[in-house]
Amino acid sequence: MNSEMIKKTVLPLLVFLFILQVWSGIAHVVADFPTPSDTYVAAFGGINEAGDEMVGVLSDPFYVNNQDDKGIFWQIVASLERVFAGFVLAILVGIPIGLFVGMSKSAQYALNPFIQIFKPVSPLAWLPLLLFIFQDINMTAISTIFITSIWPIIINTALGVKSVSQDYMNVAKVLRFSPLEKIVQIILPVSVPFIFTGMRLSLGIAWLVIVAAEMLTGGIGIGYWIWDEYNNLNYHNIIIGIIVVGLIGFILDIVMGKIADYFDYTKKGRA
Amino acid sequence: MSEKFLSLEGIEKRFPIPGKEDYIAVTDVNLEIKKDEIIAIIGHSGCGKSTLLNMISGLDAQTKGAILLENKHVEGPGPERAVVFQNHSLLPWLSVYQNIEMAVKKVMPQLSAPELRDRVEKFISMVNLEHAKDKLPGEISGGMKQRVGIARALSIQPKVLLMDEPFGALDSLTRANLQEHLMRIQQNVKNTVIIITHDIDEAVLLSDRVIMMTNGPEATIGEILEVNLPRPRNRVELQSNPEYIRCREAILSFLYEKFAKDDE
Repeated sequence: MNSEMIKKTVLPLLVFLFILQVWSGIAHVVADFPTPSDTYVAAFGGINEAGDEMVGVLSDPFYVNNQDDKGIFWQIVASLERVFAGFVLAILVGIPIGLFVGMSKSAQYALNPFIQIFKPVSPLAWLPLLLFIFQDINMTAISTIFITSIWPIIINTALGVKSVSQDYMNVAKVLRFSPLEKIVQIILPVSVPFIFTGMRLSLGIAWLVIVAAEMLTGGIGIGYWIWDEYNNLNYHNIIIGIIVVGLIGFILDIVMGKIADYFDYTKKGRA
Repeated sequence: MSEKFLSLEGIEKRFPIPGKEDYIAVTDVNLEIKKDEIIAIIGHSGCGKSTLLNMISGLDAQTKGAILLENKHVEGPGPERAVVFQNHSLLPWLSVYQNIEMAVKKVMPQLSAPELRDRVEKFISMVNLEHAKDKLPGEISGGMKQRVGIARALSIQPKVLLMDEPFGALDSLTRANLQEHLMRIQQNVKNTVIIITHDIDEAVLLSDRVIMMTNGPEATIGEILEVNLPRPRNRVELQSNPEYIRCREAILSFLYEKFAKDDE
């Protein structure tokens, strides 16, 4: 093992120990705040500091007691389903709009003000309106994610289209490409890395937003679960929820990054 | 052969400048180019030589005058006037083979799969790039990229090959190598070629006629020089050839005495 590898493993471990210390400190000062060991027991089962036998949240994630009481696995699945539904919708709508905005000056002038105004609005601001429209928790969550995800996709797709060099377009002109051939053979290959950057950003934000959205909509989902555990005074489960959400977000980002690299011609053939 | 093949008649290009008078880049350009002739257009930067080429390729439209190819008006770009761009303009996500294939496929949709493959491979071997055909443009040298650019342009069987300072971005050894390639190809397959250059040796070495442009604005053809050198030409032997020396001196005197430019 070289020194770089040692640094990469030892340094995070040191930080981890420091975090545990701070956490223990907080638990010491704030009454009823779960200690690291309590949280560990709550996650993986065992006997906690009070001497009670506990089944861990993560050691039995698949249980289904009834419609309103399911294991953490099902909560995560529900959240991921909503994120992906909204995300896929945003891709289907956002990429064509992005291509359009990137290719047509008029479209850009027409749409840009609205993109700029709506982009900074917290998606949660839309949530009451969407709840009022759909009267359905799932549809509300999915459409919230859709609104969250669509802006980075539109903006980055348009940016990708604009980055197409005039040289490539000249080649297309000399070969008399039709507009469709221009899109498929030139504009899309150039834009794909940009589109994936947008998608990666979108997915990251969508995963941030879903937790908050589910706290508001209730029902099922990891966000709702965390809020429910707060109401049940299971504070250790909130910490478990935070860590799980973080890990899943991290994995989503890695997977998205790998997919993006696969389609990015600038990263190919550089053996 | 002496009949009109490509003719430029009273070409003018003006660019509107808001709030000011139009900028006239080139004006009153008249030129007749014979079939299979190699023409070099030379001039200082800003003499509108690239503008002129862009009008022949159709990527840019002239504001006055007519361009006729085989007695037909040239309107807009098209594959019968293939362009070799200075920066090669290969699509970086396609391999050498695919870059050429894309062009051939589009221009000759009637070819069967084996015919298509044969044609692409023929032009790859014409520029000696068999070993690199599956490489991406990012993996090959600048000179090789430019050879792919030439192969791509020739593969679509253009009536005129337009080269916009094709070797301008290359070092002088690579440039010489590519000039040799071009002369060898021209020896085997006759093409009508218009080559824009600012290199005097390149102009004399490659062309049958050198078109010398005056300085812009309102640039036009200043002089036309016939290069009466037999082919194949050998760059080393030419150095002492009286005709070569005459041509070089004529261009030098045009560019640095009659139409000298203080700074670029």
